[in-house]
Amino acid sequence: MAGGQALERIRVVVNGSSRELEVASHALLLDVLRDTLDLKGAKRSCDTQVCGACTVLVDGQAVSACTYLAVEADGRAVLTVEGLADGESLDPLQRAFLDAGAVQCGFCTSGMLLTARALLRDNTAPSREDVLHYLRGSLCRCTGYRKIVEAIMTAAGGSR
Amino acid sequence: MLRPFTLHRPETAEAACALLARLGEDAAPYAGGTELLLLMKLGLLRPPHLVDVKRVSGFGDIADGPRLTIGATVTHRTLERSPLVRARCPLVASVARHVANVRVRNVGTVGGNLAFADPHSDLATLFLTLDATVELVSPRGRRELSLAEFVRGPWETARRPDELLASVRLAPWPVGTGAAYVKFGVHERPTLGIAVAVSLDGAGGRARVADARVAIGCVSPRPARVEVAEARLNGVAAAELDDVSGAAADAAAASVDPADDLHGSAEYKREMVAVFVRRALRVAAARARGAEPSATFPYAVVA
Ligand SMILES: Cc1cc2nc3c(=O)[nH]c(=O)nc-3n(C[C@H](O)[C@H](O)[C@H](O)COP(=O)(O)OP(=O)(O)OC[C@H]3O[C@@H](n4cnc5c(N)ncnc54)[C@H](O)[C@@H]3O)c2cc1C
Ligand code: FES
Ligand code: FES
Repeated sequence: MAGGQALERIRVVVNGSSRELEVASHALLLDVLRDTLDLKGAKRSCDTQVCGACTVLVDGQAVSACTYLAVEADGRAVLTVEGLADGESLDPLQRAFLDAGAVQCGFCTSGMLLTARALLRDNTAPSREDVLHYLRGSLCRCTGYRKIVEAIMTAAGGSR
Repeated sequence: MLRPFTLHRPETAEAACALLARLGEDAAPYAGGTELLLLMKLGLLRPPHLVDVKRVSGFGDIADGPRLTIGATVTHRTLERSPLVRARCPLVASVARHVANVRVRNVGTVGGNLAFADPHSDLATLFLTLDATVELVSPRGRRELSLAEFVRGPWETARRPDELLASVRLAPWPVGTGAAYVKFGVHERPTLGIAVAVSLDGAGGRARVADARVAIGCVSPRPARVEVAEARLNGVAAAELDDVSGAAADAAAASVDPADDLHGSAEYKREMVAVFVRRALRVAAARARGAEPSATFPYAVVA
């Protein structure tokens, strides 16, 4: 509670490994991930929680890292796209995105993958409507969404 | 980028209000930050102190009683999934599912939504039809206000600087009430939100509307109940509801005070009010009779 610049010590599990970090109260999670931890998967695009390019999971739930204080992650687990694959073996969602051709420029992809991961945790057998509902606020300017939805449905079928 | 601030995390309402009283204009309450941090990033607000209300004991609770009490820091996601909310005010849970996007729902709170008083709030409009009251706490004690008194206008509430929104209380509708919420628009936030509820008295052919409620959000400076439309519906025979809903919808459209903006012209919004109040009433009337109509309209969500 000292001056605004004071650093706060937080403990966060990032992609499975426990990290102790010193962050300012006003530091945004996105900047800490990208600049301090060098995890560039989450992107800054709209900066207003509209697009989903900055999506990461905190304790399994999708959040906009662009508008989320890093100190809020204290004691929690953060998953970024870098933590999705298990070593060399891709997550079924990543595999399905590749197979379906659901990636063009790739700018939205990390957010799409993580949002889909959160969906499949909530709902192991989503309908197409469920997928579309969950993807509201995850924008893709290239693919037209069809292949993304297809990939998520395929991955859901595979893990059912 | 955010400007530096000091983050306070009181664990009691007393401590939180004492901080607000001491820091005055320099402090802002902070819950999920989904609105506040946006304004701070833009430099529109520059509070040197944030008072996090998420650790305040009791603020995250949902409690049953004659009325349903929803704590200020309950998130949209929790609202959507709470068994208690689903049992007592099922439409609230359905509407929560359609607020914003999944990221905002995971972090944004009910209290933050109401205290921010954005005219494009789904919750405020719906809560008006549930006779909502808000509970405010301050160093002077607690007070309860109707939601209609609390929300004064766009981004303006009756909250005093040292007060916190502790909870909102809803009066669940009687069994047999048919209700619907329709939101319409192509932007991130709704262009129009309509909440209607119709309770019927008596069975079968003799059923009449005992209590009709209509609230409209997003088009006027603040969400409001529409008494002229409600008066048109009260006492009407259930069998005539579909016919009367057109007249009630026209009365509702005449009552709003729309402005031209990115969501459309004032004239367009008034027309959409007429269209969607009529549609919402027909869905609610069908539900009151125990049917579930398949109602889908372009660019609209029917909850
Ligand atoms: C992209 C986007 C889309 C959205 N779409 C919708 C939509 O479709 N429908 C809808 O209804 N809403 C929508 N919203 C609004 C959303 O519901 C709110 O952003 C959210 O609920 C605010 O809660 P918060 O906890 O994040 O508030 P914060 O940002 O933390 O606070 C908001 C304001 O309330 C004050 N405050 C917070 N808690 C309290 C308290 N307990 N007592 C007193 N003051 C308090 C803060 O000081 C601040 O002024 C949208 C928001 C975004 C960003
Ligand atoms: S950059 Fe965070 S949602 Fe767009
Ligand atoms: S692949 Fe380019 S934005 Fe989605």
